[in-house]
Amino acid sequence: MSFEKAHGRFERSIGWLAVGILLMISVGGLVQIVPLWYMKSVTEPVAGLKPYGALELTGRDIYLRESCLACHSQQIRPFRAETERYGHYSVAGEFVYDRPFQFGSRRVGPDLARIGARYSDAWHKEHLTDPRSMVPESIMPSYPWLARNPADAASIQAKMKVLRRLGHPYSDEEIAAAPGLLAGKTELDAIVAYLQSLGTAIRTRR
Amino acid sequence: MAGSGETYNLNVVRQFAIMSVVWAIVGMLVGIYIAAELIWPGLSFNLPWLTYGRIRALHTNAVIFAFGGSALFATSYYVVQRTCQVRLFAGKLAAFTFWGWQTVILAAAITLPLGISTTKEYAELEWPIDILIAVVWVAYAIVFFGTMWRRRVKHLYVANWFFAAFILAVAMLHIVNSLALPVSLTKSYSAYAGVQDAMVQWWYGHNAVGFFLTAGFLGMMYYFVPKQTGRPIYSYRLSVVHFWALIFTYIWAGPHHLLYSALPDWVQSLGMVFSIVLIAPSWGGMINGIMTLSGAWKRLRTDPILKFLIVSLSFYGMSTFEGPMMSIRTVNALSHFTDWTIGHVHSGALGWVGLISIGSLYFLIPRLFGRELHSLKLAETHFWLATIGIVLYITAMWAAGIMQGLMWRAVDSDGNLTYSFIETVEAMRPYYMVRLLGGLTYFSGMILMVYNLWKTVRAGRAVEIAVPTLASA
Repeated sequence: MSFEKAHGRFERSIGWLAVGILLMISVGGLVQIVPLWYMKSVTEPVAGLKPYGALELTGRDIYLRESCLACHSQQIRPFRAETERYGHYSVAGEFVYDRPFQFGSRRVGPDLARIGARYSDAWHKEHLTDPRSMVPESIMPSYPWLARNPADAASIQAKMKVLRRLGHPYSDEEIAAAPGLLAGKTELDAIVAYLQSLGTAIRTRR
Repeated sequence: MAGSGETYNLNVVRQFAIMSVVWAIVGMLVGIYIAAELIWPGLSFNLPWLTYGRIRALHTNAVIFAFGGSALFATSYYVVQRTCQVRLFAGKLAAFTFWGWQTVILAAAITLPLGISTTKEYAELEWPIDILIAVVWVAYAIVFFGTMWRRRVKHLYVANWFFAAFILAVAMLHIVNSLALPVSLTKSYSAYAGVQDAMVQWWYGHNAVGFFLTAGFLGMMYYFVPKQTGRPIYSYRLSVVHFWALIFTYIWAGPHHLLYSALPDWVQSLGMVFSIVLIAPSWGGMINGIMTLSGAWKRLRTDPILKFLIVSLSFYGMSTFEGPMMSIRTVNALSHFTDWTIGHVHSGALGWVGLISIGSLYFLIPRLFGRELHSLKLAETHFWLATIGIVLYITAMWAAGIMQGLMWRAVDSDGNLTYSFIETVEAMRPYYMVRLLGGLTYFSGMILMVYNLWKTVRAGRAVEIAVPTLASA
């Protein structure tokens, strides 16, 4: 059978063409994605890691809203230059409560995977409100509205319940107490709390 | 030649073709703005909806899905009708895909600056818009496959294989990657967490490149290059082999976005190996396109439309060489997280996707309005502005990326880091200036295109073209 004839089936029948395409595009994803569900190194949290608290979760959602990942990665690669600059390289078990993940793909600014507990809350607040007051050469936008907006207490319980359905171990007590933890807090307080929590489950350098 | 009494549905093609030009202008303008923000951060004017983070997604969505998407709808609807010699199936459903897709774009243009975003790159839109995208896409598949079903010719032309693969793959990728549990109308949490989410996202993200920005535009190439050169495709066999190899291989390449991350090593290695293999089917397409011109090279000197089409294939070849190189772990260690990636993306986006679309639209729009292009001379000027703009853009980003990558890893004789992070940011400034200049140059060409097409459309009128009978096919 000639080459043209052999391939003719796919050129004369939409059904064969569609089935052929679907088979060809399915294999790669199945091989690469499905096994990850069965790997403990990917699905189990590192020791000491807890789901984000009410304030941190609210802060994280602000981080998402402002798309901070457009300029800041959260993924330290296992190179000496990176562990020197940022700390211990990133481990899969640190990200199991990250929906969605925030690895990012471009470092216009520095990596933030272990920014937690490195600077004071006051530094972060000043820096987020007016970055160039702390780092004159910075090209980061100013976020003055964070200090003005109150943290969103109205939806926190709904958020935690959705995350619990997805497998994050929040207790009824934690959910009940959540709005209280946000009372009187601003968005700035929330995002700083989130930043201060980042990467603190692993404190060794390499 | 006796007609079949049927005409082609050119109305929906005209609508999509014109909107693709409009969205190109909008998307590139936002691109210029965010490029300027990286030089003058004050340009966000302390306004939330003007910050780089929020409107970068507006830029990427507008150029990929609004400009590129509309161009793909227009050309696929045109090509499938002409090569199947039948009127587009389900006219009302086709009209729905137009209005539905424009609604998606409008919703994106409103929600992204408001900060309503999943932050998954190229999939930032929240779940209600995702559902609308899925519905429009299913309608698109029905129209496209329905038209092929009713065809009057025996064989499905190669351009249609690529469009078919693009439509099916994008449906699969979009639905799987967008799975999420809603909290409210404007907020949801991904069905996947951490490293799993990263893998699913880059399986999607890289194949948005592989199928939306490659297979779909190869469909465009396989029709408009032979049409404009007046010659058949160089090699039938090559088109068969590279088609199946391309769609099989692309799906595996996603993990090269996650090299040295917490993703298990074996997945990273698979991603790297298949990325390198991808050179072969990618270059198969480039060779098949460029060699179609074989024997008629001299026409490149006089035909600006052909220049767009052929140079776009050259950029395709270049960026599909560069991509696999950047997927090699040792190269990626330097290039990842730097502007080299941005340069690579734009040599593909401005060079391949942009130029092939521009060439196809210069071919298509005059025919949709029953007259010649207003000015070939302006199109020629546009070609040179576009090419110079791309070269400025990508060389600036290569220099910036390699330089920043080297500065990040530099250590002195005591083993301490040589540069603070902010020093590496300051060093980028001149390159960002050149990048902005490159973008402005490319954009000025687009303005010429708008004027040229405006004059063309104004002097023409929406035409009907009769579907030929089988005998004349």
